[in-house]
Amino acid sequence: MMSHLINIVSVWTIPAIIFITLFYANIKGVKVFDVFVDGAKEGFDTAIKLIPFLVAMLVGISLFRRSGAMDIFINMLAPVFDYFGVPTDILPIAIMRPISGSSVLAITAEILNNNGPDSLMGRIASTMIGSTETTFYVLTLYFGSVGINKIRHALTVGLLADLAGIITAIYVCMKIFG
Amino acid sequence: MINRLWFALMILGICVAGINGKIDLVPEIIFSAAEQAVSIAIGLVSIMTFWLGIMKIIEESGLINILISILRPVASFLFPGIPGNHPAMSAILMNMSANILGMGNAATPFGLKAMEKMQELNNKKDTASYDMCTFLALNTSSITLVPATVIALRSATGSSNPTEIIGPTIVATFVSTVVAISFDRFFRLYKSWKGGASQ
Repeated sequence: MMSHLINIVSVWTIPAIIFITLFYANIKGVKVFDVFVDGAKEGFDTAIKLIPFLVAMLVGISLFRRSGAMDIFINMLAPVFDYFGVPTDILPIAIMRPISGSSVLAITAEILNNNGPDSLMGRIASTMIGSTETTFYVLTLYFGSVGINKIRHALTVGLLADLAGIITAIYVCMKIFG
Repeated sequence: MINRLWFALMILGICVAGINGKIDLVPEIIFSAAEQAVSIAIGLVSIMTFWLGIMKIIEESGLINILISILRPVASFLFPGIPGNHPAMSAILMNMSANILGMGNAATPFGLKAMEKMQELNNKKDTASYDMCTFLALNTSSITLVPATVIALRSATGSSNPTEIIGPTIVATFVSTVVAISFDRFFRLYKSWKGGASQ
């Protein structure tokens, strides 16, 4: 029931926003087509400018992950998770989360398939990816688009936010569902 | 920071690949990742073009003013360096609204537009302004209220209650956002105290 409702909301959001925008603009006498085209023409340049930053970052991340360096990192952290009684299978998600959105989604799908979405692990995994963000990708994209390479404390803050999200997700799920 | 990080990723990747006997895979890994990066950028062209068009209509029609007046108190607390009527503010608010509604692919164009406008206010063009850092803190802490992708994944794998994780997700998202904003404020105050005047 709830899931049905949310599904309706997520299906309707974008069409509704476009509808309201055009309807309101029309009342206000805005020439919608001319204005749309005027705004839209900046889209291409903005997207193309991102290529060097994305290539650099994705190559680095991909090398780190596929060479096996990532696994070494994960194995080093496993005892810490063990100590707090957190299922170790969650670890790859926690480590990969800031780095690679697509592989985290793949790992989560695997956990949901193998352990079941309603297992404790499935619930922790689901909560974790819903409440955190692919920090490296976001930073590369946003700072890259304006050519900024001195990013002050942005990376530290982003990683701390991910860490807080991950710990809270594990804690809340173990309290509620554990 | 980003320079050291990239250096570490590349060097460790190559070294470990060598130790693991995967050195022959390195070129393939590099070029397929590069190709993936370009296709992400190309994929963004269509989304950017469309949503920047819609955004222009939202601005020109004055619809944005309604959004701004609702969110003004929050926005002026978070972004003290941006005047309320500056175009950067409208892009920031559009980005935040899209994020909260779970419209991930609309949030990105608004976010990039916000960066461009904030860069106009920035004195040091190669260095992030404090307001940019706050904006990124919000975006990396993920303020999504409806994690649509996760819910879809859960129902696809046969969950008896796909949406039961919304409650925990909102709690976790809230905590991570509070943590992000607090640390951002801390760094902002600390650095302006240490470094004297800075924009």
